[in-house]
Amino acid sequence: MKVLVYADVEAGQPAAVARELVTGARALAGPGGRVDLALFGADPSAAADMGVDRILTLPALAAAPYDPAAHAAALSAAIAAAGPDLVLMGYTTAGLDLGPVVAIRHDLGLVSYCQTARAGDGAVETESQIYGGKLIARAATPLPALLLMNVGAFAEAAPAPGQPEVVTLEAAAPQGLRFIDATAPDPDAVDITRADRLLCVGRGIGEADVIEEAQEVAGLMGAELVGSRPVVDAGWLPKERQVGKSGRRVKPALYLALGVSGAPEHIEGMGEAGLIVAVNTDANAPIFDHAHYGATVDLTDFLPAFRAALEGR
Amino acid sequence: MHIAAILRIVPDQNEELEIDDSGADIDREWIGLKLNEFDDQALEEAVLLKEAAGARVTAVALAGDGAERQLQTAIARGADDALLVDHDIDGIPGARAAAHLLAGPLRDLGADLVLTGVQTPEDVFGQLAPFLAGLLGWPTLNAVHGVSAGAGGLEVVQEYSGGRAARFAVTGPAVLGVQTASRPPRYVSGSKLRQASSATIARAAGALPDGFAAPRIAALAEPARSNRAEMLDGDAEAVAERLAGLLAERGLLGGRE
Ligand SMILES: Cc1cc2nc3c(=O)[nH]c(=O)nc-3n(C[C@H](O)[C@H](O)[C@H](O)COP(=O)(O)OP(=O)(O)OC[C@H]3O[C@@H](n4cnc5c(N)ncnc54)[C@H](O)[C@@H]3O)c2cc1C
Ligand SMILES: Nc1ncnc2c1ncn2[C@@H]1O[C@H](COP(=O)(O)O)[C@@H](O)[C@H]1O
Repeated sequence: MKVLVYADVEAGQPAAVARELVTGARALAGPGGRVDLALFGADPSAAADMGVDRILTLPALAAAPYDPAAHAAALSAAIAAAGPDLVLMGYTTAGLDLGPVVAIRHDLGLVSYCQTARAGDGAVETESQIYGGKLIARAATPLPALLLMNVGAFAEAAPAPGQPEVVTLEAAAPQGLRFIDATAPDPDAVDITRADRLLCVGRGIGEADVIEEAQEVAGLMGAELVGSRPVVDAGWLPKERQVGKSGRRVKPALYLALGVSGAPEHIEGMGEAGLIVAVNTDANAPIFDHAHYGATVDLTDFLPAFRAALEGR
Repeated sequence: MHIAAILRIVPDQNEELEIDDSGADIDREWIGLKLNEFDDQALEEAVLLKEAAGARVTAVALAGDGAERQLQTAIARGADDALLVDHDIDGIPGARAAAHLLAGPLRDLGADLVLTGVQTPEDVFGQLAPFLAGLLGWPTLNAVHGVSAGAGGLEVVQEYSGGRAARFAVTGPAVLGVQTASRPPRYVSGSKLRQASSATIARAAGALPDGFAAPRIAALAEPARSNRAEMLDGDAEAVAERLAGLLAERGLLGGRE
């Protein structure tokens, strides 16, 4: 089958998720199939080694910052030009911005949060995470369809060699949005990606007061204190200490998570930590599917007890 | 500026979820329902915008369990009006159906900015904000945290992976999928809530296009338990002692390198 992959771009290069999607696309397309790459935020040469058959480019966008309206128009032109059976995008900000828009425009079925995808009979069979990762939803969606794949769903593999053809698209520049500027994490702030041990607090801490106690325990552990998104949104920890999809991606030797449910967006940021330990009162919390050790005790009991245990050593 | 804030009621995923006899849905008989947390943020952002720059805010919901009460609560939180959109779908419409049902009433309302949550816990077949944008022909920004009114229009911050973000000026109508409001959602007093319980709720009828086939989940399943954690038993003291021992064995306690 014909598969079209949309490439997220980071710092002028196809993002890691784009390379993962190309690996998955090759398997889905099968031996006689075709894999096209819609690459708008970078020069086509940046994807020459990705193992795709064709690169669909729009020169006006190649050096421009991401603009969802412009990229939606360009992706729409790519779909019209390539006539794909399947469009693959990452579950990223661009995936959310563009996927449903072009699905409406081109009457494509759409499935998001996909962890697996398999070609079926005139359909694509998927397994998606639902309810924050507590359950898996299976679906068979008739082609043509568009999938928003979880980051990490496909392992990146060495691409097949070959020289892709470059196809130049045209699309009218839409009105209504104007990029102002971009910001990156503050280089002077703590860099949690370098810490070897992390103590993470989630919404289960309930109130801001618990932060102080957690901070002390982190100190005893030789760990940095980090948080899930709701804890940062509540203003209890600064943004540079957020772990997950829209925070930092970390890989410490030790990750101790207290009151974190383990939503897919959180796991994306810490699933590869060396040793993951989770304390959560809900025995069904998805974090326990990723942790090496777990306990269902109340974190407000655990914190003082753990502090005593550390001080006693 | 006329802002429509769309509110959806969703099952509370922190409760125990059981797969029903059909195998394709959760048992909804006893499950607690709540306002989608990101819609809560979207409503807050709408009211903050109104307070900062002046705007009319209409809270909008599809008819269903608890919808009228959510709309009344929205009025107590600062929305000016409420609109309930009737439909003939059994249960909670999926995001794609919801977008079709809402597009007409939103046009009739004359809203020029739509705010809703970036996702719900059950929108596996796509997200409401960009579906609506596709139908209305408006631009959309998602994973938005922070909308403010500037001299030349709205300024919207969108987040990406790795803690990166970008600012956009929005110069025309748009649909925003909100992740986080500029300030945490406000608390409403009981007396305000009681006052709002008599607020009038306007009604409109939503329609699906001919031949619309709602996507369906074929089956729900528990995630694979192959990598499940080894559970540490006992009370908090026992767990803490055991864990300290496990970490010490692995050289993960003591002096920071
Ligand atoms: C585009 C996008 C990007 C996102 N990016 C991120 C991100 O970067 N990082 C991130 O974390 N999230 C992110 N999220 C949000 C994510 O979907 C979840 O909402 C979030 O991770 C939940 O955080 P939590 O686990 O702290 O809270 P909850 O899911 O509310 O979980 C709290 C947990 O605490 C447990 N608990 C409660 N009380 C106690 C107690 N006394 N003792 C022990 N346990 C207790 C509960 O059982 C529950 O499991 C993103 C979402 C979207 C849509
Ligand atoms: N041209 C682009 N094409 C696709 N996605 C982009 C592009 N530019 C930026 N992005 C998205 O915006 C984020 C920020 O990119 P950057 O400005 O390069 O740091 C990236 O991770 C992408 O998700």
